[in-house]
Amino acid sequence: MQREVTISVNGATRTDTVEPRLLLVHYLREQRRLTGTHIGCDTSNCGACTVLIDGLSAKSCTVLAVQADGHEVSTIEGLAGSDGSFHPVQEGFRQCHGLQCGYCTPGMIMASVGILADNPHPSESEIRMGLEGNICRCTGYQKIVEAVQWAAAHPQPQPAGQGG
Amino acid sequence: MIPPKFDYVKARSADEALAALAEHGEDAKLLAGGHSLIPLLKLRLSSPSVLIDIGEIADLSYINDGGTHIAIGAATTHRTVAHSELLRAQVPLLAHATGQVGDPQVRNRGTIGGSIAHGDPASDQPAVLVAIDAVLVARSATGSQREIPAGEFFRSFLETALAPDEMLVEIRVPKIPGAGWSFQKFNRRAQDWAIVGVAAVLDGTSAGIGLVNMGGTPVRAKATEEALAGGASPAEAAAHAADGTDPPSDLNADPDYRCHLARVLVGRALHEARS
Ligand SMILES: Cc1cc2nc3c(=O)[nH]c(=O)nc-3n(C[C@H](O)[C@H](O)[C@H](O)COP(=O)(O)OP(=O)(O)OC[C@H]3O[C@@H](n4cnc5c(N)ncnc54)[C@H](O)[C@@H]3O)c2cc1C
Ligand code: FES
Ligand code: FES
Repeated sequence: MQREVTISVNGATRTDTVEPRLLLVHYLREQRRLTGTHIGCDTSNCGACTVLIDGLSAKSCTVLAVQADGHEVSTIEGLAGSDGSFHPVQEGFRQCHGLQCGYCTPGMIMASVGILADNPHPSESEIRMGLEGNICRCTGYQKIVEAVQWAAAHPQPQPAGQGG
Repeated sequence: MIPPKFDYVKARSADEALAALAEHGEDAKLLAGGHSLIPLLKLRLSSPSVLIDIGEIADLSYINDGGTHIAIGAATTHRTVAHSELLRAQVPLLAHATGQVGDPQVRNRGTIGGSIAHGDPASDQPAVLVAIDAVLVARSATGSQREIPAGEFFRSFLETALAPDEMLVEIRVPKIPGAGWSFQKFNRRAQDWAIVGVAAVLDGTSAGIGLVNMGGTPVRAKATEEALAGGASPAEAAAHAADGTDPPSDLNADPDYRCHLARVLVGRALHEARS
C-alpha cells in the first residue's frame, strides 16, 4: 500500500511515494532530510515536533504524511531568510537565551510563530497559554516567554515561513 | 511508534466518505483531525484496515445560523469553533470550552465531530453538548439521516449511538445568548485533560449541568438541577453534584476525590453563571 503525495516544505514542492501510515515527522526527517524538526515524546504531548501546516501549528508526530498531501508545511529550516538572517522569533531566542540544550527549541519557535501570526501583541499570559503544548525540560520557560516578547517587539515585514 | 499498516482514502464529500464506509464495513475508520485516532493507532489499540479521511471535506466544515440553533459541521476544527463570532455571541459556553481543549496545536487539527464520535467522558465538548441539550445529526450510506439528542448519544466508555455505517455530520446547538454559563476545568498541568470538569448553563432556576469525567459517559448533575428547580440555594444544590455518578479511578484521582471536585466545581460554576 503506497500513496503519492505532493507536499510543499518551506516552499519546495516535491512528489514522494509513501506508506499511508508514515507520520509527517518521519517524512520530514527521513524523506526530506530536514532533521530540525525533533521527536520528543512521540505521544502528542511535548510539542518538539511542531511545524506549521498551511500556517497553523501542528504536532507532526500526530499527522500522517498523506494528510499533508497538497498542503504547505513550514519547518524550522525555512524560517531564516535566504541571506541567513534570522526570523524575529529565532533572533528573540538568541537575544533572550530562550534555550539551553535546544531540544525543544525548533518546536517552541514554530509554536511561537503560530502564536504571533494569530496575535502579534500577546500578553505574557497569552504567550504562556499559547505554548501550553510545548514542554521544555531545561529553561523553566521564563526565557522562552521573554524571547517571544522580544520577537513581538521586533516584527519583520514579510510573513513567516516564506524564506528558504 | 509506527502505526499498523492500513489503506487510506481521502474523501472529497460526505457522500464519498459514506460510500467508502459502506464498502469497507467495520474494518474502516473515519479519520477527522486524527488527534484521538492516530495516538491509538500508534499504541496499536486500534487497527483498522482502511482510514477514510474526512478532514478536508468542505461540506462538513461550517458554522451556520439555523434560526433557533447554530449548526456546526462535524469536521469543523476546535480552532474554528473557539474563534467563531456567531458561537461566541449565541453559545458562548461552547466556544469558551472548546478554547480549553488541549493546546493550540491540538485545536488546530482536532474536530468537534471527532471529539464527540470518540465518546471519551474526559473530553470537554461532550459535557457541554449534554448540558445544553444539543442534537447530533447522523447520516448513513443509504442516505437516511437521524437526529440524536446528546443525552442519548453517549452509551458507555468510548461507545456511542452511531452505527458502524453512520457518520456524524452535524451538531446543532440551541442558541442561549442570555443564559448565565460557566465552564470549570480542573487539571494539574496546562494542556491536560480535565480530572473533573463542569459545563453549566443557568436561566433563572432552570439549569443544565454537564460533568466531565464523572462516569463512563458525560453525565448531567441531575440532583443539583432538581434541587435548584425546587428552590435550593446554589450552595445547597452543589452539595448534590456527585449524587448518582460513578466516577473512574486513575493516577490523578480516586472516585472520592472526583466527587469532592464535582461538588466544589459545580458550586463555582453556579456562582460564576449567576454573576
Ligand atoms: C495532546 C492532546 C491533548 C488533548 N486534550 C484534550 C482536552 O483537554 N480535552 C478534550 O476534550 N480533548 C482533548 N484532546 C482530544 C482532541 O480534542 C481530539 O481532537 C478529539 O478527541 C478527536 O477529534 P479528531 O478530529 O482528532 O478525531 P479523530 O482522532 O480523527 O477521530 C476520533 C474517533 O472519532 C471517529 N470519528 C471522527 N469523526 C467522525 C464523524 N464525523 N463521524 C463518526 N465518527 C467520527 C474516528 O473514526 C475515531 O474513532 C487532546 C488530544 C491530544 C492529542
Ligand atoms: S514528539 Fe510530537 S508532540 Fe512530542
Ligand atoms: S532547552 Fe532543553 S528542553 Fe528546552
